[in-house]
Amino acid sequence: MPKPDELHFFIDPNRCIGCEACVQACTECDTHRGESMIHLEYVHRPESVQTVPVVCMHCDQPTCAEVCPADAIKRTGDGVVQSAVQPRCIACGNCVMACPFGVPELYEDRRIMMKCDMCYDRSSVGKKPMCATVCPSQALFFGTREQIDALRPLSAPINSFRFGAQTITTQVFLMVPRALTTRDSYVDVAAAMDEQPRNRGVSLKILPGDPFAAVEV
Amino acid sequence: MAELPVEPLRIIERFGPHLSSMTGARLSTSVEPDRLVKTHCCFCGQQCGIQLKVRGNEVIGFEPWEEFPFNRGMLCPKGVKRYLQGSHPDRLVTALRRDPSSPSGFSPLPYDEAIARVAGEIARIQQTYGREAIGVLGGASLTTEKTYLLGKFARVCLRTPFIDYNGRLCMVSAGAANKKAFGIDRTTNPWSDMVGTDVIWVAGSNVAECSPITTNYIWQAREQGAKVIVQDPRITPIARMCDLYLPVKPGRDAALFAGVLQIMIERDWLDHEFIREHTSGFEQVAEYCREWTLARTADVTGVPQRALMQAAEWWGTATTSFLFHARGIEHHSNGVQNALGTINLVLASGRIGKAKSGYGTIVGQANGQGGREHGQKCDQLPGWRDISNPEHRRYIAGVWGIDEQDLPGPGVDAYELFRKIDRGEIKGLLSICFNPKVSLPDNSFITRCLEKLEFFTAIDFFLNDTAWHADVVLPGSLQEEDEGTVTQVEGRIIKINKAVDCPGEARQDWRIIQDIARALDRPAGFTFTDPREIFEELRVASKGGVADYSGVTYEKITEQLGVFWPCYSEDPATGAPIDNHPGTPRLFERGSYNPIAKGAGPFYFPDGRARFNVAEHRPPVDDADEEYPLYLTTGRVVSQFLSGTQTRRIGPLVRQYAEPRIEMHPRLADRLGIADGDWATAETRRGALTLRAQVVATIRPDTIFIPYHWPGRKSANQLTVAAQDPISKIPQYKVCGCRVRRADAPPDYAAVLEPQQ
Repeated sequence: MPKPDELHFFIDPNRCIGCEACVQACTECDTHRGESMIHLEYVHRPESVQTVPVVCMHCDQPTCAEVCPADAIKRTGDGVVQSAVQPRCIACGNCVMACPFGVPELYEDRRIMMKCDMCYDRSSVGKKPMCATVCPSQALFFGTREQIDALRPLSAPINSFRFGAQTITTQVFLMVPRALTTRDSYVDVAAAMDEQPRNRGVSLKILPGDPFAAVEV
Repeated sequence: MAELPVEPLRIIERFGPHLSSMTGARLSTSVEPDRLVKTHCCFCGQQCGIQLKVRGNEVIGFEPWEEFPFNRGMLCPKGVKRYLQGSHPDRLVTALRRDPSSPSGFSPLPYDEAIARVAGEIARIQQTYGREAIGVLGGASLTTEKTYLLGKFARVCLRTPFIDYNGRLCMVSAGAANKKAFGIDRTTNPWSDMVGTDVIWVAGSNVAECSPITTNYIWQAREQGAKVIVQDPRITPIARMCDLYLPVKPGRDAALFAGVLQIMIERDWLDHEFIREHTSGFEQVAEYCREWTLARTADVTGVPQRALMQAAEWWGTATTSFLFHARGIEHHSNGVQNALGTINLVLASGRIGKAKSGYGTIVGQANGQGGREHGQKCDQLPGWRDISNPEHRRYIAGVWGIDEQDLPGPGVDAYELFRKIDRGEIKGLLSICFNPKVSLPDNSFITRCLEKLEFFTAIDFFLNDTAWHADVVLPGSLQEEDEGTVTQVEGRIIKINKAVDCPGEARQDWRIIQDIARALDRPAGFTFTDPREIFEELRVASKGGVADYSGVTYEKITEQLGVFWPCYSEDPATGAPIDNHPGTPRLFERGSYNPIAKGAGPFYFPDGRARFNVAEHRPPVDDADEEYPLYLTTGRVVSQFLSGTQTRRIGPLVRQYAEPRIEMHPRLADRLGIADGDWATAETRRGALTLRAQVVATIRPDTIFIPYHWPGRKSANQLTVAAQDPISKIPQYKVCGCRVRRADAPPDYAAVLEPQQ
């Protein structure tokens, strides 16, 4: 049974509190019990508590699958990119190096690549993935476009990303603030203690030009 | 004899903490559970709904419970992995006796012998030294049924006034302030009221780590236009994305509230009609605030004037608002004043008792609310009654079938109880759900007190650090091995359901308490056959009290997915029986009737008015000075809970944050020559502690932070000061003077202890 078309996965790093409920819950999932497929990282803990949860973005044209010499990575008809299948996977690690989001991991002991499969055992029967169900900040959200539009007026979902010459569209959406300047995050307490306000935000400028020009808001 | 029977390392070797992990049926994907049990998490006061997967007599996993309205399936990492506390290698499955000849310091003891020994020693001590030579310590992670029974046991069976509980470390500043201001002690609104409000002020609450589920409510409110103000010496994960961050210096909260109220008075951002019609005491508060000019407030609190101004403007001009506080402002020798300061801001705004406008304290423990209402607190009787009030005493004596003269009077707070042990006035101690050797301040004093006891009985499911000193340990129950009710952060009474049976000779805690009463030959009043029966008596005992549970039934809780107290069995206005009272989700609505005001107003005083109280700033005891120039503050991390008895035994939670660190700002670290990851020694007037440094810009440069979940040489409470609030008796965990230096060498423990030990 495929994942229902109208249900999508949304990531909103602005909401993330780094609690690792997603990481812990991911290990409870039936398709990879005992292993977490989520990457949750501090951007730079010395300066900020900002964390970013990364699940597989489930690309429409998955780079991991394109570079796989053994054709071991399959994308199901409903757009979910699965972990490598045995016995095809030769554990070469091409996918690990090629994925622009840094998602796949090679499990040397088992000689296989495993990655987030959107809790296919759950999402394919209409349940939410484990991480998005438990996430206390709902930085990870699973639902319809209508729900996210109603619940998150301050952000817009995007699913098109440019890496050099490569443009990738994904099944998973990233929530991007609609107004970039109004809600800088607090970073350094010393700056907050000063009478004259100092720039308290850190802007991540990954792409040249205006990275949000293509965002329809 | 309560000295340690053998070296600590030998006790740790046998009793842990060792780590549980996902193995066997818990790792297998082909094993199906026999059943799913709808219940709640065993940890914090949010009390998230969860379904436990049970196979045979083992909890093998969880499934989110998305229908439960408070958390709708959401859980923090503790909730996700809480099931791994069951079937644990450290689980106590027999009673134990202190035995220095045993390698581990303890030997198993048949349960009945253990009970007989405990009863015999209690009887001996009471005959030798008097009834008051026995103390009882309880806890707010127990079900309300157990807390009720424990209070009754101390007063009716042991007839000692000396019972108190670990809510003394937690809820009492908020409780005392609520009592003084509102005449009732409960959060005013359900959390769902938060979404749609204009301003949310979070004062001293690391919401993201201590009550993670509240995060989504706050973020959702912000999406819909709320401005979020966070007051904290650290940029916690919720402060990072707030709209206004107030970097308050530890121990200066009452000054901040007074200064903000002064701005509101000057700008006339007040609800005069509400103040006139529904409150009293505003003039005295305004008089006090006059000295808190903007410049002085900024100087004292360390918060810049521009930020104070902004906070006052947003708070003063909002039409709806929520204010929350937690231990950050409550864990102070000025804790009650701090909490009253927040209440003054709320009352001056008039925004209380309405949809989208509320006030509350975020409780820490599972039953932080219910555990403080029904009589395990030293000055209290069931139904939030006062043990010094003759009418209240008569009512409860009637329910308990005793002469009012035989009901002891008020006892003392938990810390004072230890001072009584130190002075030799209390010789015997019975403790459950409390780990004071880790959790009380200046805990080397607590250790010395434990060593002075003639007989110490601990009821526990793991051998906690305090129970190392026990003469007899009785094997109690995990939360999932019993049923009962707890009252969570919103004032919602919920039902804990039993998933598995106690292993081995372990017993449900209420049975153990009753077994002791029977062995003491005083079984009257302790012959309940199940928690429901205890709850039925509690309903009667709470009836007519402020915390009235008389209309609550297990069935109603299950049907409604929780019942907010007060919930009446008789109409408080007419006395006519009602069998379908739904409970009271929102307090203080205009025109509402309560049994104290009797229609005079919405608040729980005879005149129906809320009280402004002068909330005075007093500098902390043992404040920073030349010798100890920094502020030490303590708190939690998201993957650990309280003294860690449970969470330091759950492998995946320990791996998330294995050992405590000293958090400090890079400016301070540079000055001290300390790099991230270096061993650093923090010292106060009580002691020294060596941990690795964590150098982060998210803390005030004059402050260090140490989480308190670890025991022994890693315990933050070796450093904290035993100063207490004069009213609530809460310890001042959140500030004391301290100094830090680079450590000369790694601490001795580093080579021998695992991170969680």
